[in-house]
Parts: sequence; structure tokens; C-alpha cells
Amino acid sequence: MSMAANPSAGEAYASPPAEPEIPKRRNAELMLLVVALVVGMFAYANVGFAMNNKLPGNFWTVGIGFAVVLLVAHLAVRWLAPYADPLILPLAAGINGLGLVLISRLDPYNIAHGLAPSSGAAKQQAIFSVLGVLVLIAVLFFLRDHKVLQRYAYISALVGLIMIALPAVLPASMSEVNGARSWVKFAGLSIQPAEFAKLLMVSFFAAYLHAKRDTLALASRKVLGIWIPRGRDMGPLIVSWAFAMLVLVRETDLGVSLMFFGAFVIMLYLATERASWLIFGVLMFIGGAVLVGLTFSHVQVRFESWLNPFGDVTNTSRQTAQSLYAFANGGLFGTGLGQGYPYLVGFANNADYIMDTVGEELGLVGLAALLIAYGLFVARGLKTALLVRDPYGKLFAAGLAVTFALQVFITAGGVMRVIPLTGLPMPFLAYGGSALLANWILAALLLRISDSARRPLPPALPLSAPPGFYDPHNPGNDGPNQAVRV
Amino acid sequence: MTGLTITVMKLGLLAILWIFVLLALGVVRTDLFGAGGSRTGRSRASAKPTPPAAVVDRPSARPRRGAVPTHLVVTSGSLAGTSVALTGVQITLGRAHDSTIVLDDDFSSSRHARIYPDATGQWVVEDLGSTNGTYLDRTKINGPTPVPLGVPIRIGKTALELKK
Repeated sequence: MSMAANPSAGEAYASPPAEPEIPKRRNAELMLLVVALVVGMFAYANVGFAMNNKLPGNFWTVGIGFAVVLLVAHLAVRWLAPYADPLILPLAAGINGLGLVLISRLDPYNIAHGLAPSSGAAKQQAIFSVLGVLVLIAVLFFLRDHKVLQRYAYISALVGLIMIALPAVLPASMSEVNGARSWVKFAGLSIQPAEFAKLLMVSFFAAYLHAKRDTLALASRKVLGIWIPRGRDMGPLIVSWAFAMLVLVRETDLGVSLMFFGAFVIMLYLATERASWLIFGVLMFIGGAVLVGLTFSHVQVRFESWLNPFGDVTNTSRQTAQSLYAFANGGLFGTGLGQGYPYLVGFANNADYIMDTVGEELGLVGLAALLIAYGLFVARGLKTALLVRDPYGKLFAAGLAVTFALQVFITAGGVMRVIPLTGLPMPFLAYGGSALLANWILAALLLRISDSARRPLPPALPLSAPPGFYDPHNPGNDGPNQAVRV
Repeated sequence: MTGLTITVMKLGLLAILWIFVLLALGVVRTDLFGAGGSRTGRSRASAKPTPPAAVVDRPSARPRRGAVPTHLVVTSGSLAGTSVALTGVQITLGRAHDSTIVLDDDFSSSRHARIYPDATGQWVVEDLGSTNGTYLDRTKINGPTPVPLGVPIRIGKTALELKK
């Protein structure tokens, strides 16, 4: 723990407390941001040379533009959250940058086939990346203490549930994209409300479990070495399970359903330390998903192309098969950016299937680096949860990290055929404005919580009666009564 | 652009990608183990001479000389494992959101207790008029009480200890 290394602890004795020497690590962050920018720009140059034999026309404009954006973000963190974790911002920026390059690499095919706007998906994504960074700064500016969010727990739950349920209620013409009804389309905009809802729901779960953890940790009896929770405490689990199943049936969206239920179950485990919740949760979800899969044909199709990807290669399982070919073609070192055929997977090749491009053109070596970057992001979130001193913040940070991890697992697992493919975008990497904005907000929240976790204790209050303290031993006190510091 | 150049660029990109990841891992490593020998040496140097000085300056200091706590660690309860460095600043305990350690314990009051160093540097715990009281080991405290190293301060189901 970084606080453990605080060298000034011993000096506290006689001298007034010196500025505590908890390292802020902002220079490490700046260094990593520079490297992240170099990764993105080098990849962009590589794409240009491989595909058009020259540096992309806007190379220097883009490079300087993003350098300015990242510098502004860095200075904002220095100003607004000086003790924040030094890895969160560079990792988000690095993955975002790599994603932009991959999207621009897929653009020529997608524009020609009407899969991207005629101005290019990369341009839109670049705009949303900049917006995302601005939103990050705004969140850091307006949210000075994450504990404020705890007060709005039930409102966030309500708004979150409405956002998740909205696509299921709207007519299919307004909510369906390629079989999954997880969108809201109006006035030419299409947003994925589940992306924002995940933040609200995690905040609610954290506040709820913080209040109810003691009751939920009660066990009735031990069976086969595990504690069985009391029947009446199963309520919240059953409600969130029913909701997850409803989303699965109505929205055909295994991903959203798994992400929410999974986040709830894992947070329940974190709050109560009872592994039996995990076991019940997993059994319930698998049981429910299999039942739904057997009953509803649209879910069945996805299960079928998962179990048997080469069964119907020209029709239903074509994308899964293409995705597997892409990884196979990539091999150990990949074909090199701009030199493979990852676009052949067709629809959503720059969104849900963007890992194909990483796997095919950067190979196992590049894919492993990317997954480690994701893993580090999650690890820093969990580390923040360990360090922070208030229970709501602990559960909130852990919940955000776990949701992020689940999303990465569900998406990457889907394209690699570990689990049935679902409709979640790869965080920070995939094309999609709402997802990108939501993930930048997630990064901002983690920065905020980690800042309050690593920030040194507030400056010494006078030892007598700090404002707001009732001193029972000296009620009418108007001067130092304990000790005066030298 | 020859195929060779493209291949070199491809491998170069993979190399930069891994450098990025390894640098990030390096930052994690520094967090865990400190920034190498020179830094730990410095922190030891700055931490060591001070406590004896404090003891020598004040011969009337309490008997536990040399045993200088540096951390307040939560040893049981829902916050178990949380640790706060002692920097000479008072530490407040309670359910109130602005407490240094925000207790999540049904038996704690919003401003339950505080822990602070007195003039001699001895850490003292004081109950702030809580409903259920603060215990030093098994004894309920009345008024400011010196806290020896390793003796649990109990608030409801939460226990906290000063550690070296």
C-alpha cells in the first residue's frame, strides 16, 4: 500500500505535521500518456504506409490534436484529482487511441459497403473521444466527493432501470439493431442506454449493499461445507435475476443481462464475504439462460452458432466463423495493421467484433498486450477499492472495476467463442459514442475515488474542539485543552 | 514502401505496445515495492532519527519508549484490512461521511471517537459522547486514554490497532 510507505509518520511527534510525503505519481502518468500517444500515432502511421504507401494526410493534425487533448486531461487531473491513480488515464487513452486506429483502418471497407457513415466512423469516434475526455474533466470538476452519489442511490436505481428497460418497451423500429434490441433511436441519434445505466446501477448496488450487508450475510445452516443464506434474504437476488431474464427475453441481449446480474452477484459477494451467493448466482443464471435459450428462437440462434460455428457458415453462424478465421489468420505476430481481412466479418466489424482486427493484424502478441492493459485497468479499480476508507466508496469502486471486467470478458469471450456472442461493445476500443462516453465517465469516477483514497488526511484540526465536534469533557471550551503542538 | 519496411513497422508497433504495458506494470511495481533502493533508504533515514529525538526531548514520555506506531489498522469488522498512516493529524472515527475512517457498524455513532497524539507524541483515544461507547481492549473508556501498541480499540464489531 502506498500509504504504508509514508516516511513522515515518525516525524509527527514533536514537530507540526509536515506536508505528508504521499507520492502523487503525476509525472508517471504524464510519461505513460506520452507513450500511449506514441503507440496510437505509430499504429496510425503503420496503417497509412501499409494501405496507401504514405503517411496519412492528417497525421500531424491528428497527432497534435490528441496531444493537446491528453495534455489538457493530464493538467485537469493534476488540478482536480492530484492523488488519483496514475494508470487509469493513460490506459484508457491508450486503448481508446488504438481503437481509433483500428476503426479508421476498417473505414474504407465499411464506407464502401454502407456499414459506416460516409464521412467515416473514425471521424465520429474521434469526436466522441474528445467529448469523452471533456466529460471526464467535467465529472472531476463537478463531483468533488464520490460520497455525494450515495445520497441519490434510489433515484439512480430508478433511472437506471428505466434506461435498461426502455429499448424493450419501445417498438422494434426504434430499438432494434441486427436482432438485439438494446438501442434507443430518435432524431438520427442512436444510443445504448445500458452503457449509462451500468454506472447508475453499480452506484445503487453499492449503496444498497452497504446498508443491507449485515442482514444479507446472515446464514441459516451449513450444507456440504457452504453456508446457505436465509430464504427471506434471497429476495434481492431473485428480483435482479428476474430482471436479467426479462432483459434476455425481451431485448435478446445476453450481454447486458449477464453484465448486470454478474455485477450484482459479485458485489453481493464482496459485501457479505459469503461464497454461497456466488454459487447461487451462477447456478441461477446458467439455469435461466439455458431455459430461455431452449424456449426462444432468437436466443437459440446465438447458442447454435456458438456450439456449432461451422454449421451454417453462409447464414446464421457466418460472423462467428469469420471471427475464428480472423484469429487463426493472425497467428502469433499477426499480419500487420492494414494487411489482413478482418473487415470480412461484416456488420459490427468495428464494434462487437473489433477484437478480430486486433487478433488478426496484431496477432496473439498484440492481443495479449491489449488484454493485459484491460487487466491493469481493472486491477487499479480494485486497488482503489482496497485503499478507499469509506464502505460505499469501496463497493462502488469494486463494482465499477468488476462491471468493466465483465464487459471485457463477455465481449472478448464472445468473439473467441468462449461464451455465446452477445451485443456488448469492447470498452474504449469499439466504435460507439454512448459506450465511449459512459466508459470515460467510469474512468472519471475511478479517478475521483482513487484520489480520495490516496489523498493524505485532512490538515490537522486544532486538538481542542474542532468545529462540528462536541467535546463531552469540556463543553464550554474556548481554547486548547488537550495539548498544544510545539 | 517495401515489404521489409512494413514488417519492421509491424514488429515495431508490437514492441511499442509491449513497452507501454511494461511501463504501466513498472508503475504498479513501484507502488508495491517503492522506487528502488535509494528511495527506501531515504525514507528509512528520515523516519528513524525522529522518534528517539522525541523521546530524548521529553524524558517524562510514557513508558513505551521506542515503540512508535506508524499505522492505525482496522483488524476486524467490515473494514478489516484498511490502514491509515499516522501523520500527527487526528483521526476521526464514526458513521459521518467526513470521518477519516467511515465506520459501517450498527453500534457506532456518527461522531464516535477520535485518536490523536498528545504533546508527548503518545496516541490517545477519546470517546466523543457515543451511544454505545468505545472500548480499549475490554475496558470502556472514560475520557482521553493512551493507546498502547497492538491493543485493540473496539467500536461495536470493529476493532482498530496501532501498529509499528
